[in-house]
Amino acid sequence: MRKKEMIAMLLAGGQGSRLGVLTAKVAKPAVAFGGKYRIIDFPLSNCINSGIDTVGVLTQYQPLRLNTHIGIGIPWDLDRNFGGVSILPPYEKSGSSEWYTGTANAIYQNLDYMETFNPDYVLILSGDHIYKMDYEVMLDYHKENHADVTIAAMPVPMEEASRFGIVVAEEDGKISEFQEKPEQPKSNLASMGIYIFSWQVLKDALIALREVHGCDFGKHIIPYCHGRGSRLFAYEYNGYWKDVGTLGSYWEANMELIDIIPEFNLYEEFWKIYTNSGTLPPQYISANSVIEKSIISNGCEAYGEVHNCVVGAGVTIGQDAVVRDSIIMQDVKIGDGCVIDKAIIAENSEIGKGCTIGIGKEIPNKLKPSVYSFGLVTIGENSKIPDGVQIGKNTAISGVTEKYDYPNGILESGETLIKAGERL
Amino acid sequence: MRAVGLILAGGNSYKMRELTRKRAVAAMPMAGSYRAIDFTLSNMSNSHIQKVAVLTQYNARSLNEHLNSSKWWDFGRKHGGLFVFTPTITADNGNWYRGTADAIYQNLEFLRKCHEPYVVIASGDAVYKMDYNKILEYHIAKKADITVGYKELDSHTEASRFGTIKMNESMRIEEFEEKPMVANSSVVSTGIYVIRRRLLIDLIEHCAEEDRHDFVTDILIRYKNLKKIFGYKIKDYWSNISAVDAYYQTNMDFLKPEVRNYFFKELPAIYSKVSDLPPAKYNPGAVVKNSIIASGSIINGTVENSILFKKTFVGNNCVIKNSIILNDVYLGDNTYVENCIVESRDTIRANTRHVGENGVKVVVEKNERYAL
Repeated sequence: MRKKEMIAMLLAGGQGSRLGVLTAKVAKPAVAFGGKYRIIDFPLSNCINSGIDTVGVLTQYQPLRLNTHIGIGIPWDLDRNFGGVSILPPYEKSGSSEWYTGTANAIYQNLDYMETFNPDYVLILSGDHIYKMDYEVMLDYHKENHADVTIAAMPVPMEEASRFGIVVAEEDGKISEFQEKPEQPKSNLASMGIYIFSWQVLKDALIALREVHGCDFGKHIIPYCHGRGSRLFAYEYNGYWKDVGTLGSYWEANMELIDIIPEFNLYEEFWKIYTNSGTLPPQYISANSVIEKSIISNGCEAYGEVHNCVVGAGVTIGQDAVVRDSIIMQDVKIGDGCVIDKAIIAENSEIGKGCTIGIGKEIPNKLKPSVYSFGLVTIGENSKIPDGVQIGKNTAISGVTEKYDYPNGILESGETLIKAGERL
Repeated sequence: MRAVGLILAGGNSYKMRELTRKRAVAAMPMAGSYRAIDFTLSNMSNSHIQKVAVLTQYNARSLNEHLNSSKWWDFGRKHGGLFVFTPTITADNGNWYRGTADAIYQNLEFLRKCHEPYVVIASGDAVYKMDYNKILEYHIAKKADITVGYKELDSHTEASRFGTIKMNESMRIEEFEEKPMVANSSVVSTGIYVIRRRLLIDLIEHCAEEDRHDFVTDILIRYKNLKKIFGYKIKDYWSNISAVDAYYQTNMDFLKPEVRNYFFKELPAIYSKVSDLPPAKYNPGAVVKNSIIASGSIINGTVENSILFKKTFVGNNCVIKNSIILNDVYLGDNTYVENCIVESRDTIRANTRHVGENGVKVVVEKNERYAL
């Protein structure tokens, strides 16, 4: 029987609701990052760079963008005769049919898929982190320890430890205790949501806990394995790893890419990050533009000023426009004379001429203060902003907006403007 | 499409000077992110020609590398696809391709086995967009034996690089001169031909019997009074790059908004091999004016009226003016480059100066590069 030593299961079904309007239409793993990439490119590229050529991608929330992005896996060299990338949505069964109710439940529902490859080990990944990691080294560690489960963990500041799943490990890495978001953390090693399971251990646990609603790795599977006396090990990782779950951390992680020598370096020959970008022409920078401390993707046309920005493919920046500290995603058009500060503008949006975006005082967002904060202006995909309006901080806009949506031509700080309906 | 495509990409040109040391003209990098042959290949693909053969000979490694997968042009199909034919020694032939007609002759088996009634022949060294369906329709409407795509150049002087033609009022070609010393016409053949496949096979076989090897002199010129050869006007942008000045100028044309729009924004698109490079990075100190920058580049200095191909590194205080920097070039700090074409994979030492005084200078430098 043909087999794969290790296959990866990539959880990409989450909404990522803390990214607000950015994930209104797409799953979080499909959100653009670093100009031309999408978040899922990072774990997918890690897989192929680690020699894993069989990846199941579990989708559920708004999968269209994700599906078209992954296709048959050509950009990651994951188009294979045996293995390769497979998209695994929930499906109807003769008995009970249900959505994926939790991370482990999603994996359980795909036992047959994993069985096809007769694996020795299964790597569980989530599609919402930015990092480079050699999973093969982690597997070697797993084998050396004769482990049943290996959990990748990284040190975090002690005061933040209570936000994470914390592993308490002995000198040799063996995990003695597991704490889910503890008030009194006993260690600062946070689980990164990356697990290697020996196949039989995973299979047994999934079957044993199949009736648990919302079965989750952190909450159920790991404690279950621990309780049965399985050998759990912590694999300490000290490289760059960024959770981009909030708008603030998403913005920050993008901005880190424009440092002179970024900690997370996309320009290294070794460990390339692959993405599905199609062929795109080079970018054009006009005689009057000023581009400084920014990264700009293929196919852009810049006629204005760009400072400290991450700009996606095919963006047009109009004459005399000034864009600072912002993330501009694919195919956005920024009108002439706009002044934009600290904004995240999602794909295919159009900003009219002479708009001023990101001005005024920082007032907490009235609708979702915990989501739209950090002083950012967040504009969802396919939005339209009319000419000459002013937009304050901690605001969110989505949809085709008209002049009359802006009283006195202003959207005050802290406001949210979400227009229903489709763009014609 | 009822035609099979043949791309003649075997050629070298001494007019390209040092630039063809490394590669065939068809493999020359173009417009920041492309190679010359991408234009013809994309045109074939966009015209729904599903079976394309590329005939290569001169220094084909770089070209073969570029064509190592046919999927980028959507030729990775079960039927048809992209074929690359280099000369091979067979039981009855031990020659290189001795000319364009001979190149086709040596691959005549391929043409014989095709079922498409027509053949579109094109070269790999021109930058243009074209729907070959249009020229085929014209060919059929004119009941032509051969149709030749032609372009009216702005002046006679450049025409002597090409075959010049003269047509009567019904567009039938009456005069055809190959690379004349003094051109008396600014109407030139673009090397784009449409011909019935059976007829092509017959003509090529005849040629071979008479030990003739060139498609232009031995078929087009020789048969022009016997066969009905018509001209088809190419109205849109068309530029042949196989001379250093023409190559430089064609690249620089992309700084014009109308040329950029035509090739980069208007559909159908031009495809190329995807190279997985990160976005271009502008560090503090970067000053970029009226330039085309390709992905993977890192810029710390000044770039004006220039084209930077993929993965260019521009050091601190560099000044690059009116120049073309080909793929993967490293420019050390304080270098000054003006009016040059810098060959790909070059490493330019810090504090050096390269200026093309009388015309464009081709810079080929192989210095040690230290890892970043």
